[in-house]
Amino acid sequence: MKREKLLSYAVVGPFAIVLAFPFYWMLMTALRADNDLYDIQQVPFKFNADSPTGANFRFLFEQTDYPRWLANTAIIGAAVVGITLVLALPAAYALARLSGRWGQGVGIGIFLTYLVPPTLLFLPLARVVSELHLNDRLWSMILVYPSFTVPFSIWLLMGFFKTIPPELEDAALVDGASRLTALVRVVFPLSVPGILTVVIFSFSLVVNEFVYAITFVSSSEAKTVSAGVPTELIRGDVFYWGALMAATLIPAIPLALLYNIFLNRFIAGFTGGAFR
Amino acid sequence: MATVTRAGAPTQRWQDVFEERRFLAPLLIAPAVLFIALLVLGPLLLAIYLSLTDATAGALSGDFVGFRNYLDAWDDPNFRHALRNTVIFTLVSQAVVLVGAGFLAHALVRDFRGKWFFRFLVILPWATPVALSTVAFLWIFHPLYSVVNWTLTHDIIPGGPAFYPYRAINWAFARDFWPAWIQISPIEPIDPPQWLGEPNLAMAAIIFAHAWRILPFATVIFIAGLASMPPEIDDAAKVDGATGLKKFWYVTLPLQLPIATVALLFGIVFTATDMTVVYILTHGGPFNSTHVLTTWAFDTGINSAALGQGAAISLYLLPALAVIAILMLRFARKVEVT
Repeated sequence: MKREKLLSYAVVGPFAIVLAFPFYWMLMTALRADNDLYDIQQVPFKFNADSPTGANFRFLFEQTDYPRWLANTAIIGAAVVGITLVLALPAAYALARLSGRWGQGVGIGIFLTYLVPPTLLFLPLARVVSELHLNDRLWSMILVYPSFTVPFSIWLLMGFFKTIPPELEDAALVDGASRLTALVRVVFPLSVPGILTVVIFSFSLVVNEFVYAITFVSSSEAKTVSAGVPTELIRGDVFYWGALMAATLIPAIPLALLYNIFLNRFIAGFTGGAFR
Repeated sequence: MATVTRAGAPTQRWQDVFEERRFLAPLLIAPAVLFIALLVLGPLLLAIYLSLTDATAGALSGDFVGFRNYLDAWDDPNFRHALRNTVIFTLVSQAVVLVGAGFLAHALVRDFRGKWFFRFLVILPWATPVALSTVAFLWIFHPLYSVVNWTLTHDIIPGGPAFYPYRAINWAFARDFWPAWIQISPIEPIDPPQWLGEPNLAMAAIIFAHAWRILPFATVIFIAGLASMPPEIDDAAKVDGATGLKKFWYVTLPLQLPIATVALLFGIVFTATDMTVVYILTHGGPFNSTHVLTTWAFDTGINSAALGQGAAISLYLLPALAVIAILMLRFARKVEVT
């Protein structure tokens, strides 16, 4: 037993170092003063007299559009998650409970659309967005992003709904409740953890999206974090590496904490999904 | 009580219709299906249409040119290189992921002190937006300030015996048992490896970035598979005397194969259709040597404004995706083994 535990450390340890090293490095870089960062004689694992400093974070929030990108991401994320829930909750419930064989087919069809990547669709959608005069506006992303969050969420939610015993609703129906009342009063409260998981992972898909964001938007004011940081903060030979690394850390840490909390539920939905 | 509410007030009758599964189910599903049809199926058909025309940016239509865009793309050496790179990046990174996730998942299903913390570290790359973590790799592989190169070319054991990692690597690669394709020129501290400036190294950097970001996802799926194995199977294997490698080969592996395949197929889709990593890390450079289909389509369709041509390039991915979808449906059915 003891040997097995040691083996676990021996395997997990090196992997954890490789996987987490970039984050350690982001932090080390984000805390460095410029004269420390761009000094070839300096040992990069140690700070010089001017470091650690919060100057990069201050620069990021005071001299760049970064706060704007964070706000844009939050606005788009909230709107997309809202649209996603309105469309996906009823559909997933109906597919999990009410429909027979054809429902299975529809469920699989919806799952397949999740496999169609933005890199196949961005060219026609770029045209559609500009026909609708939505270029450089948050609306372009609010409209298009649900196209991947909805299939993804329906799939996860189907998995969650199937784990709730149908007897609970049947009991409510026998007591005279309508199906919608049963849905809102019995099923939704029981699936709050599942719904939260969908909210978290849909939101993170929105934060992650890059291809549509750089195709639809070219003005800095309408960019999301994912699009703004690589396109606006990397400019030729002007280095903002300290600020850049601060910019990558800030969204990463809260997302990672949320992922950890909701991981088990995500797995349950992801592997259950459309196929049970 | 359905029998009591005879054809009464109109609202009542409307509600009866609403209660009926036949009507309720399609009613609840329709909005989502319509939305998906409008924003996924529509654009997909539009992309296919555009790929058959000579449309340029600024117009949603062009003259019908048949399969010329596909043939032109195929004749372009840059396209073939991008196609080759897409295959290499995907297969190599996913092979790394598969092996890595196998080890990691087996270690992480056990209980040990600090497991939560280790799991947190392992999940980090997956939770970080790809565009941002790729920016971090841009810094890690920087031509002047790369931490990788610094570590390779400095004495990294302070106070201990002089140990320069690059010397160990040079020594190892000077042995003559390496096959020809893996041989590298010795590392010079004066002129350290240009990770993003030299085609082969840039490819290695891209593969590493992909493997790094997919590994946590695959591990998580593998852990789910292992955790769902009923303990009776463990006991049965023990009774039959299957332990260690034998147990892995005859018991664990066959049971885990379906879910592992699904994880692998997702990894392939996420890697082959990704544009972000290459776009940010090398933008296809140096000298167009690291382009993949997606970045090549972006450069052609957006930067060069050849909409029809760009659509044709990206649609070369479609047959591969279709095959993967079919495989996934086959294996996903078997995931229910438990």
